[in-house]
Amino acid sequence: MAALAAETPSGQAPGGFFARFTAPALPGWLQAAPLAIVFGLFFVLPLIFVTVVSFWDYNDYEIIPSFTVRSYVETFEGCIDQFPDLCTILQTYVSTLKFCIIVWASTLVIGFTVAYFLAFHVRSLKWQIALTLLCTIPFWTSNVIRMISWIPLLGRNGLVNDALVSLHLVREPVGWLLYSQFSVVLAFIHLFTFFMIVPIFNSMARIDHRLVEAAYDAGASGWQTLWNVVIPLSKPGIVIGSIFVVTIVMGDFVTVGVMGGQQIASAGKIISTRLDALQFPPAAANAVIVLGITLVIINLLTRLVDIRREL
Amino acid sequence: MRGADLELVHVTKTYGTSTAVDAIDLRIPNGAYCCLLGPSGCGKTSTLRMIAGHEAVTSGDIAIGALNVTNLPPAKRGTAMMFQSYALFPHLTCLDNVAFSLKMKGVGKSVRRAKAHEFLSLVAMDAYAQRYPAQLSGGQQQRVALARALITEPQVLLLDEPLSALDPFLRIKMRAELRRLQRQLGIVFVHVTHSQDEAMALADLVVVMNAGRIEQAGSPREVFNEPKTEFVARFIGGHNIIKRDGDAIAVRADRMVLTPGTNAGADALTGTVRSIEYLGMHVHLGLESAFAPDLFAVIPDDRFKLQPLQTGEVVGIAWADAEAHRIAPSA
Repeated sequence: MAALAAETPSGQAPGGFFARFTAPALPGWLQAAPLAIVFGLFFVLPLIFVTVVSFWDYNDYEIIPSFTVRSYVETFEGCIDQFPDLCTILQTYVSTLKFCIIVWASTLVIGFTVAYFLAFHVRSLKWQIALTLLCTIPFWTSNVIRMISWIPLLGRNGLVNDALVSLHLVREPVGWLLYSQFSVVLAFIHLFTFFMIVPIFNSMARIDHRLVEAAYDAGASGWQTLWNVVIPLSKPGIVIGSIFVVTIVMGDFVTVGVMGGQQIASAGKIISTRLDALQFPPAAANAVIVLGITLVIINLLTRLVDIRREL
Repeated sequence: MRGADLELVHVTKTYGTSTAVDAIDLRIPNGAYCCLLGPSGCGKTSTLRMIAGHEAVTSGDIAIGALNVTNLPPAKRGTAMMFQSYALFPHLTCLDNVAFSLKMKGVGKSVRRAKAHEFLSLVAMDAYAQRYPAQLSGGQQQRVALARALITEPQVLLLDEPLSALDPFLRIKMRAELRRLQRQLGIVFVHVTHSQDEAMALADLVVVMNAGRIEQAGSPREVFNEPKTEFVARFIGGHNIIKRDGDAIAVRADRMVLTPGTNAGADALTGTVRSIEYLGMHVHLGLESAFAPDLFAVIPDDRFKLQPLQTGEVVGIAWADAEAHRIAPSA
């Protein structure tokens, strides 16, 4: 007893420390290590480097590693002079945010509806799996082929316009179907609704059907049950899906470029243009700005629900 | 709170080609505690869910008081259901769980919260009003579920295996509380269970069901003392079923009279003691006999001590005529 009592206080701190990090946790650390290393080397490190480069100077033919906020200042050049009118760069960010909100809201409504259908109306697991796989069809072709395929559908002489004209709904082909904000939003929704469906369905599938019955028993109407039971319990899925959609749309420049006929500016496009001109510091500065905005949006979303608790 | 009679008239439920509930008739008088008792798949839960309005009635009628509720939604029937495993809303506090039905009716926040506190107090859970269901024990969750059901001021409370998720000790405690609450409220409780102990301890009216039909309905004493069918005698337990000359009778195991030796009398049957289990208050004897393969007798500990028996001993088996009940053999 005496020996034990004497040993415990001195032995506890290091013993406890090592016990926590070595003995029981070692397999866990090893399991997490491969992905952690990949993330560290190929994600965190480049991100740090991008942030560092965004504060470097540059001239026509080289990058100069000295601290300056020139890239940030030049990005927003003239914005204060033009106030209250929006300068080009702010207009671009507003336009990107607008796409982001429209696409987010649309994919949320469509994704939630589809997930609800899958979780509450399709009772057999076999059909649930089959129908979920059906949602992945847009991903069965490459991005390039998919985008080209819009042309015969939405172009001036495309199927939709042909149909509209022959039905006498419009007198001449509609121009805004392709290479427009409409087509950009359409392409985004077409692709990213799937990223909403899966996490929301996952949350909904875990809702005990008896809860819905209990709500019905308590006199709740269908809409009341949806609002008071189904939506609160689907929140984790909604937030995870929203993060997917928001981050992808915020950083996209290919879809906006192709579907917008290279006429619509986007935050991602600014970065890509700067990169093409080999102006790495301004490109990096814009990347940091987009990252910042995206993180703010995600932070707001995660305030709605504690994802760690739900996973 | 006011109650009402509950009446089922020829209620049938079929799923495709299989019949879950087969034209049952049942009348539960106001203020009665009724237990629907039977093995799984006997139709007791379907019956309860039809009364609740969560399952459509295929044919027949359900009336509560003077109101035919057969086609009404649950909230319009004057029933409330307590679900198996309680189905509390995990994202709401106990208080909001209890206040849920009032919120659905559009009752203001302060009024519905005050009322919810009142009903949480009724089940002694007011101290836990701000907790979430996951932070409560099974027994506490059940009390909250009970408060949530009772706040709608139902005329009939429906309980789907309310005690099966609890440990044995808590089960007996909650059983007594359910009974006390039912007395206090004076409304009909319909309680589905597969435990005969639970039904015997709680019910004014025990309804034994089998294969979608009611085998017997009566007070616990009636059902236990005079089982009408072989199924009831077997399911309720404590009975020997003896078949002779095409007749079947049930005799309570504690009414079997055993006499050592074969000279018990010309009329008596004989058997061999196969097992002796000492269970504290009484002794459980397994017997083997030519006329029934597995008989058993329950003898009070003190009487067994006066007249001990050994395994392998041949005994005379008898019972008073009044203890023998004719039963209908099961189909």
